[in-house]
Amino acid sequence: MISIKNVSKWYGNFQVLTDCTTEVKKGEVVVVCGPSGSGKSTLIKTVNALEPFQKGDIVVDGISIADPKTNLPKLRSRVGMVFQHFELFPHLTITDNLAIAQQKVLGRSRDEARAKGAKLLERVGLSAHAAKFPGQLSGGQQQRVAIARALAMDPIVMLFDEPTSALDPEMVNEVLDVMVQLAHEGMTMMCVTHEMGFARKVANRVIFMDKGKIEEDCSKEDFFGSPRGERAQLFLSKILQH
Amino acid sequence: MDFNFSAIVDSKDFLWEGLKYSASLTLFATFFGIVFGTLLAMARLSSIKPLNLAASAYVNLFRSVPLLLVIFWFYILVPLISGVQVGADKSAYITFAIFEAAYFCEIIRAGIQSISRGQVSAGQAMGFTYAQNMRYVILPQAFRNVVPLLLTQTIILFQDTSLVYVVGATDLLGAASKVANRDYIPVEMYVTVAVIYFTISFVLSRLVKRLHTAIAVIR
Ligand SMILES: Nc1ncnc2c1ncn2[C@@H]1O[C@H](COP(=O)(O)OP(=O)(O)OP(=O)(O)O)[C@@H](O)[C@H]1O
Ligand SMILES: [Mg+2]
Repeated sequence: MISIKNVSKWYGNFQVLTDCTTEVKKGEVVVVCGPSGSGKSTLIKTVNALEPFQKGDIVVDGISIADPKTNLPKLRSRVGMVFQHFELFPHLTITDNLAIAQQKVLGRSRDEARAKGAKLLERVGLSAHAAKFPGQLSGGQQQRVAIARALAMDPIVMLFDEPTSALDPEMVNEVLDVMVQLAHEGMTMMCVTHEMGFARKVANRVIFMDKGKIEEDCSKEDFFGSPRGERAQLFLSKILQH
Repeated sequence: MDFNFSAIVDSKDFLWEGLKYSASLTLFATFFGIVFGTLLAMARLSSIKPLNLAASAYVNLFRSVPLLLVIFWFYILVPLISGVQVGADKSAYITFAIFEAAYFCEIIRAGIQSISRGQVSAGQAMGFTYAQNMRYVILPQAFRNVVPLLLTQTIILFQDTSLVYVVGATDLLGAASKVANRDYIPVEMYVTVAVIYFTISFVLSRLVKRLHTAIAVIR
């Protein structure tokens, strides 16, 4: 589904990504972790071309991102993305947040888009808030709306960039529950997260990044079980301390 | 010295016509200034070099020359170059729209820049094209953030419309000066229009202030 091939990226002289190669197969859940500044966000944003890269290629559902002829907006409309800071559109109601791209990008009718939005809103348990604006919702609620907004586009894969790290602790689970449910339904997912409980529960593979490199790329069982690289061990021991 | 009130009353229809002209010039220049200004702002923020440079040159040019001069030049030069007699009215409308666009551009540019990178990315991630992202995500928020500044600029613009009297257009000041010369009542006329300009501008700026507070509450 997603195939990342030898991707390198620089900011001026500073290399953020070094020769990253991995893939996410259909129906697979891949968790990406690693210390702050290791390039996790950058890597996941290259997958839907929010971040350009200078070397290598990424192929999403057979479409090459490096190919200048690729229609990037169209490609992005098929890839759902959930951000650390939710990024709902603050000037639109929840209903419109869910409907607008369906209407303007996919060309669905207003009724169709709203019906689909309402269904997804119900699924994340927030039907009562349809008429509100994002600012009136808690962080956890906003993030659930953001997931519903991405799902409304019927994405072939979902990308998550630390979806719970900006949330108060008591709201983390309501978001993770939605994500776990998605994973169980067979959604293809690439998630940057430090929620190792989530990784244990649903991940097929875990990628560990450090200093712009993919240092570990292995099955969940191997990652949490058998001996692994020193840096990954150190990282894991740090985040599992609590 | 006598203050001739009845002469003011007698000229009220003429002044009213002048005020209507000033108001319509203000509204026209605001509308087109904002439309052109928005396009200019997008050009100034564009990564396409020539577009960016052209828009910057335009904005810097008009922000560096006095409006009065532009009014004059446009009035005199365009007929000279094109051979078409544009006339004071049309010339004033066009001049104001292209001149004010430079100022509105800078306000709108600040508005666009106030929108976080995350919002832009979120719009892109939904599959919006550049134009759609501007239209549905960025500009609505950008305008909301700068409404008070846009209105303040409109008030300044309203006062600046008085400059068109130099090319003989009959705006509020033009009308007053014509009456002043005809009936020889300069004091009465210039005091009257001063009061009118002051009242309108003052009331509007108070409203803007209220709006500013109201917006701050919403956010
Ligand atoms: N626009 C930019 N210009 C220069 N350097 C940047 C830019 N954006 C990110 N970086 C750098 O690139 C590196 C990787 O950033 P990235 O956001 O991908 O890290 P991350 O692994 O997601 O970290 P975090 O856990 O803090 O989110 C960091 O060192 C960061 O400082
Ligand atoms: Mg990050």
